[in-house]
Amino acid sequence: MTQDPFTDSNSSKKPQSKISPLTSFLRVTEIDTRLAGMAGALLLIWLGFHYYGLFVNGMGAFLTPRNLWNLSVQTSSIGIMATGMVLVIVTRNIDLSVGALVGVTAMMMGILQVEVLPQYLGLGHPAIWVITVIVGLIAGAIIGALHGWLIAYCRIPAFIVTLGGLLIWRGMAFISAGGKTISPVDQTFALLGGGPYGAIGAWGSWVVGLIACAGVLWMMQSGRAQRVKHDFPLRPMWAEVLLAAIGCGTIIGSVLLVNAYPLPKGIIKAMAAANNTIVPPEGIFISHGFAIPVLILISVGVLMTILLTRTRFGRYVFAIGGNPEAASLAGINTRWMTLKIFSLMGMLAGLAGAVASARLNSATNALGLLDELYVIAAAVIGGTSLAGGVGTIYGAILGALVMQSLQTGMVLIGFDTAIQQIVVGIVLVLAVYLDNLYRSKSK
Amino acid sequence: MKRTTNTPLVEMRDISISFGGIKAVDHVTVNLFAGEVVGLLGHNGAGKSTLIKCLSGAYRPDHGQVFIDGQKVTINNPRDARAQNIETIYQTLALADNLNAAANLFLGRELINSAGLLDEAQMEAETRKIMARLNPNFRKFNVPVSALSGGQRQSVAIARAVYFNAKILIMDEPTAALGPQETQMVAELIEELKKQGLGIFLIEHDIHNVMKLCDRASVMKNGQLVGTVDVDKVTDDEILGMIIMGKQSNQGV
Ligand SMILES: Nc1ncnc2c1ncn2[C@@H]1O[C@H](COP(=O)(O)OP(=O)(O)OP(=O)(O)O)[C@@H](O)[C@H]1O
Ligand SMILES: [Mg+2]
Repeated sequence: MTQDPFTDSNSSKKPQSKISPLTSFLRVTEIDTRLAGMAGALLLIWLGFHYYGLFVNGMGAFLTPRNLWNLSVQTSSIGIMATGMVLVIVTRNIDLSVGALVGVTAMMMGILQVEVLPQYLGLGHPAIWVITVIVGLIAGAIIGALHGWLIAYCRIPAFIVTLGGLLIWRGMAFISAGGKTISPVDQTFALLGGGPYGAIGAWGSWVVGLIACAGVLWMMQSGRAQRVKHDFPLRPMWAEVLLAAIGCGTIIGSVLLVNAYPLPKGIIKAMAAANNTIVPPEGIFISHGFAIPVLILISVGVLMTILLTRTRFGRYVFAIGGNPEAASLAGINTRWMTLKIFSLMGMLAGLAGAVASARLNSATNALGLLDELYVIAAAVIGGTSLAGGVGTIYGAILGALVMQSLQTGMVLIGFDTAIQQIVVGIVLVLAVYLDNLYRSKSK
Repeated sequence: MKRTTNTPLVEMRDISISFGGIKAVDHVTVNLFAGEVVGLLGHNGAGKSTLIKCLSGAYRPDHGQVFIDGQKVTINNPRDARAQNIETIYQTLALADNLNAAANLFLGRELINSAGLLDEAQMEAETRKIMARLNPNFRKFNVPVSALSGGQRQSVAIARAVYFNAKILIMDEPTAALGPQETQMVAELIEELKKQGLGIFLIEHDIHNVMKLCDRASVMKNGQLVGTVDVDKVTDDEILGMIIMGKQSNQGV
């Protein structure tokens, strides 16, 4: 017999006649239907591009380790910012300045590591990248805090403050280097952007994957222990095993995927030369493994999820989004919260600036142009409600992946920029419409 | 009504507050003793909710002082009020609709575990315990309160005010959305809390409930205090007269 998780175990014994097997399956396993829906949509997009390429262009280039690995790297900087945008939008605000913040923080970091620090520390000093990243994060946090202060304490609408910020910080990025491009960046810093050297290899990826699997199992186990302790209804054992299998399966699958993408021959030759060995004529297979920016995105995602769902701070974010007046009557300092949220958003934009400029191996004043739109779209496609009060970190990251998949896919099958824009626009509007439908149904 | 001391638990002295020229509360003085229920009565817009919001920290009065146990206190925000063991059930309930009952009950005072993270399970367990006392039919612990009925939402708001061992309880029309059985349970709850020595400000329009539950009643009209009477010494009609005519009767002062 199935058990409705919303009622006490001993209460309603009424026959659950009208419930379809799928619905009751989803209830028993407590699978998040939105998550399942997004994963399904993503899969459809991937298959669609792959088979379109296969049938129309005679080559399916989408579902290859190489393309999916690149896709993961390209998603990183938008994904990092989308996690912060969730907090901003959940509290009924918006941040239009994140793209400009990427530009200005990247420019600051570029000047610092290329023109300033080498003078004092010497070129290639191992501390350069650390100092640079910390300065970038702090600069982003300060600019974000300034925005938050104007919004919360001077009561200027977030839309206006960050629209002004978009223009101001983009202008600052240009002025700070007189419109020049700063490159190349510090060698260690460049690893933050991925590339053949900025990946952790096969063994590293297995270690990360196994730790992640252990984390999934530990979380499920401790969740079950909590329910037992308080006598709450439990999921049946088969559902637990199924969920664990799906979770660990996804993780191991992605390890196999990134390990199936070999380093290019040229890089292997250069590596061999550096180690004074020779490459055998048949070549060597060295895996990329997870790219460093992807690991940064995943860590940010995990930390932000803990922050949003398991801490007081996160609880207050949702409370402010649900009912700002109730939040302040409950003693929550809503203005201080707003300032902190924008500061966090700024810091994440600084991190995204580091990743993006590392990937390009240079800082240009156009870096991050239009990113604000993709970041907001990612959060919204991921189920963050513009009315406030609702949103998830994993949704926003999946949303970023959807946006980037569309972008990459259309480039692969040869759509030009105009068509790409049209498609992305349609998808955004459609996604929000479907989300509204989902919400009104699930009520 | 038993008054063990002569110092009131709460005294709001000469409170005034206006919104853009409208005097919502105009030089009002009310007090409340431990173990006592004081009704605040008056027509719609008389200023009752505004007055108690000056005690709960939602508003800062333009003029006047608040004394607790004879000590002058400054209540600048809801946190200050909570620190004085003042709990409030607002007329609007002040619930975050997107959060569940437990999250609302503990809002601003979440239980955390040794790692500093929210202890959701413990909060839910506590919520189940208190709701079993207040509204035994309540089952919807894992849905946002937007999915609850008006009365269920009200019982969540009541649970929040009662859970934290208040010394002073402010109830702004606590039974407005409740059915007869639930209203009866709230009435019993008020009696019980009174026995425990709490002081309760009760805003209530139903004159029968006022006569049944309150020891004294303060009547307001157009922001001003009409007068305060001992409920034992007046009739329903005399109180209604004060509310409608805005004039103090001669008896029961
Ligand atoms: N935040 C506010 N801004 C402007 N005016 C307000 C505000 N709060 C209350 N008022 C005004 O103050 C007066 C008193 O309102 P209040 O809510 O205290 O009445 P009440 O006695 O609680 O009425 P009810 O029985 O309808 O709840 C009303 O005229 C109202 O319009
Ligand atoms: Mg009122």
